[in-house]
Amino acid sequence: MSIRDIFKKNKPNKSITITRENHDIPEGIMTKCPECNHVMLTKDLQKNKKVCPNCQYHHKMTAKERIDDFLDEGSFQSLDDHLQTVNPLNFPGYIEKVNSDMKKTSLNEAVLTGIGKLDGQQVVVAVMDSFFRMGSMGSVVGEKITRAIEKATELSVPFIIFTASGGARMQEGVISLMQMAKTSVALERHGAKGNLFISIMTHPTTGGVSASFASLGDINLAEPQALIGFAGRRVIEQTVREKLPNDFQTAEFLLEHGQLDAVVPRHEMRKTVSTIVKLHVKEAI
Amino acid sequence: MVKTLPFEEPLVQLRSKITELKEFTSNADVDLSKEIEQLEQRFINLEKDIYHHLKPWDRVQIARHPERPSTLDYIKELFNDFIELHGDRNFGDDAAIVGGIASFEGMPITIIGHQRGKDTKENIRRNFGMPHPEGYRKALRLMKQAEKFSRPIICFIDTKGAYPGKAAEERGQSEAIARNLLEMAGLKVPIISVVIGEGGSGGALALGVANHVHMLENSTYSVISPEGAASILWKNAALAQKAAEAMRITAPNLKEAEIIEEIIPEVLGGAHKNVHKQAEFLKDVLLNSLNELKSLSEEELIEQRYDKFRKIGVFSE
Repeated sequence: MSIRDIFKKNKPNKSITITRENHDIPEGIMTKCPECNHVMLTKDLQKNKKVCPNCQYHHKMTAKERIDDFLDEGSFQSLDDHLQTVNPLNFPGYIEKVNSDMKKTSLNEAVLTGIGKLDGQQVVVAVMDSFFRMGSMGSVVGEKITRAIEKATELSVPFIIFTASGGARMQEGVISLMQMAKTSVALERHGAKGNLFISIMTHPTTGGVSASFASLGDINLAEPQALIGFAGRRVIEQTVREKLPNDFQTAEFLLEHGQLDAVVPRHEMRKTVSTIVKLHVKEAI
Repeated sequence: MVKTLPFEEPLVQLRSKITELKEFTSNADVDLSKEIEQLEQRFINLEKDIYHHLKPWDRVQIARHPERPSTLDYIKELFNDFIELHGDRNFGDDAAIVGGIASFEGMPITIIGHQRGKDTKENIRRNFGMPHPEGYRKALRLMKQAEKFSRPIICFIDTKGAYPGKAAEERGQSEAIARNLLEMAGLKVPIISVVIGEGGSGGALALGVANHVHMLENSTYSVISPEGAASILWKNAALAQKAAEAMRITAPNLKEAEIIEEIIPEVLGGAHKNVHKQAEFLKDVLLNSLNELKSLSEEELIEQRYDKFRKIGVFSE
């Protein structure tokens, strides 16, 4: 090494690249909480309903995990798994992206719907999956949710939805916007017949989903710390040119501003919703 | 002086040449009247050629034209005895949405619409036609009032979208929009919505769950602005022109997708060229719609609205 090299700004090989042998823990065995940086066994996190034991941060659940956690064991029968997304605006690469998420999640689209039992009470549920195209709503999501609502209306049973969505599916254009209207007209009919609708907003619920069925529950619940809002934080910051508070658009923020009935931790969700359903049984009392 | 749009540039140039030539002949001793006549003919042809072959991006620009007639302009032209009704009875009065009662060809109606400003001062007062939750709640209050008195409801849609602001979120922008979608679905009176300018996303749809939805020829209706779509899909807002085509947001596009009922023709060059004549076109379509919907019972109206929105969606089974 010459004298010149010592004073060089970009020294070659300054940092050591960690090779594969240096950490022999296989991918996925450990999980780091994005909130508190607590490192734990993924298995333990799963056992705790994906809630961080250290800081109570609610990690995102897949639709299937949610169904397993929420409904009576083995009671779930899915609906409309055969609907297929098409490419109405011929966006390059759109179908490929949908296909790859289908493989990743083993779902046909960003929502899983079906009939099941909650503490023995029949309900129709829809669970959105944010691992599928950010849970965004296109034609198939809108159609599956609408059919699920209609099924609940037909059976005169409560309709329960777990929302998780970035909003409308841009690649389907104005048709995706119209899914907001489609699901809403179905909910109107469901409600006009005296049927119950419970909306449970999970992280994240924004845009067109938040501005339609997610906000239309007879009872609106949310999981702790879930991001819920109409416009994106960055858009608002650019519009109003001020720094927004840290808790802006969290479930707790919404509760404080009168926009939610309650924030319910995941460990109490099943019991809470089941009690609400029980209190709405028409023959009761 | 009416603002000219980029695609109208050839017209402006030809017009100035004609003017120049006219000035020249009046000062000089040559007769160029034949040439001028020819140029005038060429101008008319060029005008037709340009305005009959508008690209989606041209239409976006017409829809955003500062002189484009707004809700209040059409109210003045179409209705008598308009009385504006203010406030949501909870928080305040949002000037980005106007509403009230009026008489339309002798028939009492409720009219509600987004309202942009014509100049900076008015735009600030009206928040550029981007409503807060209280605007949507005012609209809903007036719709419920219309239902009570069995008045048809006419909505004019003209907004970039619901306002993305801190206060709007705190007061429940999502819930306000969602509530309108649901409540409009169940109203027992005819609802007709007309997109008169920009129909931007949920903020537009909140006045759009109607029995009949029409669009002016050069209006747009979309899930996101072309600029927004370009920045999300291609990470570049400058590709808005391309996005305007790809997103299929024009009246002919929506008619083809069977989302709207009628395309209301515009006067050559856009509604701003002649508000009075444009209002006549609008009136014809509104009257037809009202006559058709008046024959439906309350249940049939709700049923028809349900079917209209229920069938929207493209997928395979």
